[in-house]
Amino acid sequence: MENLTEHVNKLNLQVRRLFQRLEAELRASVPKMLPQVIAIVLAFAVGAIMLLLTGYNPFEAYAAMLIGAFGDTFGIGQTFAQATPIIFTALAFLFAYKCGLFNIGAEGQFLIGAFFAALVGISFSGLPSFIHIPLALGAGILGGAMWGFVPGVLKAKLGAHEVITTMMLSYVALYITGYMVNYPFKAPGWVAQTVLISPSAWLPQILPPTQLSLSIVVAVLLAVATHYTLCRTTIGYEVRAIGLNPSAAESGGIGIKKGIILALVISGAMAGLGGAGEVLGIHRRFIEGFSPGYGWDGLAVALVGGLNPFGILLASVLFGALRSGGMTMTRTTHVPLDVASILQALVILFVAAPMLIKYLLKRGGVKWSGS
Amino acid sequence: MVGLIDIINVGLFAATLRMATPIAYGALGGIFSERSGVVNIGLEGMMLTGAFTGVTVSYFIGNPWLGVLAAILAGGLLGLLHGVITVKFAGNQIVSGTGINIFALGFTAYMSQTIWGSRGASDSVQGLPDISIPLLKDIPVIGEIIGTHTPLVYVVLIITVVSFIVLFKTPFGLRIRAVGERPEAADTAGIDVYRTKYICLIISGMLAGLGGAFLSLGQLSLFTYGMTGGRGFIALAAMIFGKWMPFGAFGASVMFGFADALQMRLQALGLLPPQIILMIPYILTVAVLAGVVGKAIPPSNYKPYVKE
Repeated sequence: MENLTEHVNKLNLQVRRLFQRLEAELRASVPKMLPQVIAIVLAFAVGAIMLLLTGYNPFEAYAAMLIGAFGDTFGIGQTFAQATPIIFTALAFLFAYKCGLFNIGAEGQFLIGAFFAALVGISFSGLPSFIHIPLALGAGILGGAMWGFVPGVLKAKLGAHEVITTMMLSYVALYITGYMVNYPFKAPGWVAQTVLISPSAWLPQILPPTQLSLSIVVAVLLAVATHYTLCRTTIGYEVRAIGLNPSAAESGGIGIKKGIILALVISGAMAGLGGAGEVLGIHRRFIEGFSPGYGWDGLAVALVGGLNPFGILLASVLFGALRSGGMTMTRTTHVPLDVASILQALVILFVAAPMLIKYLLKRGGVKWSGS
Repeated sequence: MVGLIDIINVGLFAATLRMATPIAYGALGGIFSERSGVVNIGLEGMMLTGAFTGVTVSYFIGNPWLGVLAAILAGGLLGLLHGVITVKFAGNQIVSGTGINIFALGFTAYMSQTIWGSRGASDSVQGLPDISIPLLKDIPVIGEIIGTHTPLVYVVLIITVVSFIVLFKTPFGLRIRAVGERPEAADTAGIDVYRTKYICLIISGMLAGLGGAFLSLGQLSLFTYGMTGGRGFIALAAMIFGKWMPFGAFGASVMFGFADALQMRLQALGLLPPQIILMIPYILTVAVLAGVVGKAIPPSNYKPYVKE
């Protein structure tokens, strides 16, 4: 009996400690997230002014959006389904960023990954799911990694700036996959798409009829893995060292060229995995133009998420909510759907310049010690 | 049987010039921005906003030339916004450009829906008339290719020459390049770094806006959703391919315009998948950046300049 009480007390203490730690971490991260939060508030304020000026009711629009995104199970499912691909592309952006690289070509890596996964999904039938799904996801990883490897090598060996090469390669990916689904792999019919992948490669859905699939679990695991890799492993240490100070990293014995290539390969692989998840979990085929720009959203979400994996999870929910809530808002209030992307863009513009927010705060008489 | 004459004819070269025009406007805009040390991947959004503003003003006022003027102003305004974020507040240039692109795509569709009830396309408006150049239009072959176009085609030729003169033959151009290459040294020499960058970004946006007006008022006489279709990015490619030089960028624009015109013909004849040709400009640009086909070295390191 005494033993049990002791045990319960111990457990209590542990739980309390855990909560204390969580609270401390939250407290520590709140001031860091302040500029992001202010950027979001400012974006919605500017958006409201724009809605007013063009003859719409901002409160009605925002309320409809909120209800659409979180008002019922279907809305919540759609919000998280829309957030899923963005988590992958945001983590992809983050990983390269930590190495001092601007990978703005996640869109291309995402598309190639999606196409590779679709190919593996189509090519085999009769495989057990526990083999077929990992195989198809692996193909997505491989495709994305390849599309990250090229700009990586061009940067490391020839000094070609990755901002331009990744952007240009995105268009190449768009046209290559477009060619593939219009010609050699086109399914019968008018739509530019492949045939359905075998059911054995379908990623299970979580909350039908929403589009939420097991891909979101992969996304969250990847966020945790990214955090762990960046903070606790040699690769992560080297990548961050190169990002912080390349020449110091080099004199410290870190191979910069290898690091740059590796960072872009891993970054591309993450985006590719996201593309594979969309194909296996939602569309069950590769459809031309199925990505409404998840690659660009990734850049935005990584920044709004304060450039850390857990912030990315939070920010992706905001962007997912804007997409899914925006659709409901258009149906119920006739406010144009594009308010959602305008709000996203405004958040990006405000996040682009932390000094602007600092300046506005100073103007507003608020003291803020963040950097 | 399709003969070669059905593909390669004066029509193809006239189309090449039309396809090259918006790319050249964007590329020249890119040169002004990058020569002053600011990356402008927001060209796409500035073009799109120009295309939309031009059509809107022509729709309400009925004068396409005022539409062109409004497009220039709208582009310049976005250039200024890019300047406020990246120059005054030292914000990230890529992020700001991305924001501008997404904003432009959303905002133009939003306004299109509000004004015309459709985010897909506007109503038809008064577009720019074609003009014929006397004498020139009477020369055989050449006259058919360059003799009759919308005036904005000829304007881009003039602007290319003017850009070269301004950038390389005037003190102002020297200042721009100094600010891009060595901002600290330029500052020490008494050049107002920020002001120079602002002016360049406004010019950059204005040129992009003009390119957009060409697309909407010069070609279709209406606005359609995302009608720039990546031309702002092709313009960046043309700028790099032309090594940040006005004539080089114009030449690259003509080359990419040719690819575009050829692609449309081959597709119409069912000869070659369009995607194969459409990806060529992007592959070439990567090759140039990598030094496979002549090395392209950027004129600046694009770091925000913060005064001590």
